[in-house]
Amino acid sequence: MNLNQPISPEEQAVVDEAARIRRAGHSRRAFLFKLSLGLNGVVAAVMAIPIVGYLLGPASRKKSEDQAWIHLGPLSDFPEGETRLATFRNPVTTEWDGQTGDIPCWVRRISGNTVQVFAINCAHLGCPVRWFAESKLFLCPCHGGAYYEDGSRASGPPERGLFEYDHRIADNHLLISAGKMPTLAAKSHVPAPLTQIHGATPAEPLTSSDNSTPRCGSCQG
Amino acid sequence: MPGLKQTSINLYQWFEDRLGLGQPAIDAAVHEVPESTASWWYVFGSAATVLLILQVMTGILLGLVYSPSAGHAWASLEFLDHSVKLGWFLRALHGWGSDFMIAIVLIHMAQVFLFGAYKFPRELTWIVGVLLLLLTLGMAFTGQVLRFDQDSYWGLGIGASIASRVPFIGGALVNLMLGGPIIAGPTLTRFFALHVFILPGLLLAFVGVHLWMVLRLGINEWPMPGRIVSKKTYARDYHKLTQDTGIAFVPDAAWKDVIFAAAIMLAVMACAFFFGPFGPTGQPDPTIIQTAPKPDFAFLWIYAVLAYLPPSLETPVLFIAPVLGIGAMLLLPLLSPEGEKHWSRRPVAVLMVAVIAVTLAVFTHLGTYTPWSPIMDAWTSDPIPATYLHNRTPLERQGALVLQDKQCRNCHSVGGSGGLRGPALDGLASRMTEDQIIRQVLQGGGNMPAYGNALSPSETTALVRFLTTLRPANQQNAIDASRKLAGQ
Repeated sequence: MNLNQPISPEEQAVVDEAARIRRAGHSRRAFLFKLSLGLNGVVAAVMAIPIVGYLLGPASRKKSEDQAWIHLGPLSDFPEGETRLATFRNPVTTEWDGQTGDIPCWVRRISGNTVQVFAINCAHLGCPVRWFAESKLFLCPCHGGAYYEDGSRASGPPERGLFEYDHRIADNHLLISAGKMPTLAAKSHVPAPLTQIHGATPAEPLTSSDNSTPRCGSCQG
Repeated sequence: MPGLKQTSINLYQWFEDRLGLGQPAIDAAVHEVPESTASWWYVFGSAATVLLILQVMTGILLGLVYSPSAGHAWASLEFLDHSVKLGWFLRALHGWGSDFMIAIVLIHMAQVFLFGAYKFPRELTWIVGVLLLLLTLGMAFTGQVLRFDQDSYWGLGIGASIASRVPFIGGALVNLMLGGPIIAGPTLTRFFALHVFILPGLLLAFVGVHLWMVLRLGINEWPMPGRIVSKKTYARDYHKLTQDTGIAFVPDAAWKDVIFAAAIMLAVMACAFFFGPFGPTGQPDPTIIQTAPKPDFAFLWIYAVLAYLPPSLETPVLFIAPVLGIGAMLLLPLLSPEGEKHWSRRPVAVLMVAVIAVTLAVFTHLGTYTPWSPIMDAWTSDPIPATYLHNRTPLERQGALVLQDKQCRNCHSVGGSGGLRGPALDGLASRMTEDQIIRQVLQGGGNMPAYGNALSPSETTALVRFLTTLRPANQQNAIDASRKLAGQ
């Protein structure tokens, strides 16, 4: 086709008509594309609800769902005046948990029915504390946190005493309320720390929590 | 055989006609780079990539055997080490490859920082690089979790305890991290998904973006003092430099990368062969509490910092310091995109690298022998040196027994053995009077617990008597000067 040759009005009309239809078609297709994008956005939003719900499922668990009363054994297993390691199977486990479902704890029977049950996890960063009966201290192997026999903080990086499990005694058997790894967020029952000897740590001023009344007979106020 | 050669070319051409990937790849390989970049200082990025490929390959091979079940993971590692042919070597390659990768990534980062490579127009390359560093460390931590042993179990405990300190949402974060109320099966599977799918996927994608930008923007030229980066002129200057001094990346510059990559691979293989795989240590059984958990090498410095932070500062430092540190790294190229690139004109940058390197090295070194940790069996394993018992009264010798029995040695060394948490007791009597020792033992203080409840009066007397004999032969006992003044 010779471009220099003027096109007749009829031909021009045909060309214009074709362009108009294409433009109209483009406008329609662009609209449909945007519509489909919007539709997919809605689908994605609907899809996201179960996915986010699945992902955040563990986060929204309530503590009460995991917590249960667990039998630690007859009181006679825990001689008065001693602190002993006890282990229990966590109330919530899966079949493939293996040994990780067995949780240890420290049971301190002061006298009669007066008992304290401490979590194994150091209040600093969760490492397993060990009881030293001679020096009457719990020592943490990770960063050297130390606790007195009643679980109160003695020295090192922990900012509080050992976590304590709620416990009760039924038919001369010891039961504790457990099920969740104790951390600073899931504050297990915070005991009023005992003061060992008044002003025992002169380097630190006595905080209000240190002024609480002692609860055990062996401790001096 | 000309026939075979022609057949090969035809075969390549057949694929190339359909794929069209060969020519762009060749163009990218032979693109011109400034001659100054063909340097041994420019080999770390490619070495990190090669190590990543090694990690992916060895990781997939370990995945043939590893069982991501809390009840079986540890046994499957033992199986790999002892029952699968060369399983130990694959585990060792993967473990050493991870340590090498972290080291090379850090060196690469220090190098591009000192060479000013993060400045215009490579700001985003640096930012993606920071994300790659974080992902690499994330791979190291999740990989340590998959080596499901005692260190891994209690390392998760440390991670959960850190997460629990986040204000308001700490509890939810712990649940999210553990996948349940305790460290158990669901915890291991989610870390498996992180280590095997999520983090490597992100890592490979970001490496792709990082490399794409290196190709697109050109490799950073060797900096010269006084050659100032300016957004107006940089593109033109770089183009001219490449035109004037350009050499083909492959092979003129890349041969050094290739040799270094081979050297690194040989080093990884040698370490794997001679030192073997890492762990696993004891079984992940929380009821076995006779353990001193420790993180892997790359995290020892954090472990040390956590031991030294005062309790009141710990939570704020744990959450504010990383935000500031990572934020500063991400913002660095945006805050200083122009100016001098050469290290000799950037003394603060050089000082920062030196201070950070020394700090990390010191804390890592401390983390290797953890002087802050009590030595749990020192009281039964380390005897009192015999010289400290010669010519002592029965009471003093009884005191030495009290020192052993009351586990003082777990924190205090005598004769060079024992814990390092408290001061060594060898020269104690020349520093403290008897009264001061009594007060310190009974009431504690500083970092020492009070022993008032754990010692009877007679034990205290014996112990303190023994301690007052511990002084160097040529020194006097410490005295209370005020007593003399008071005429006592």
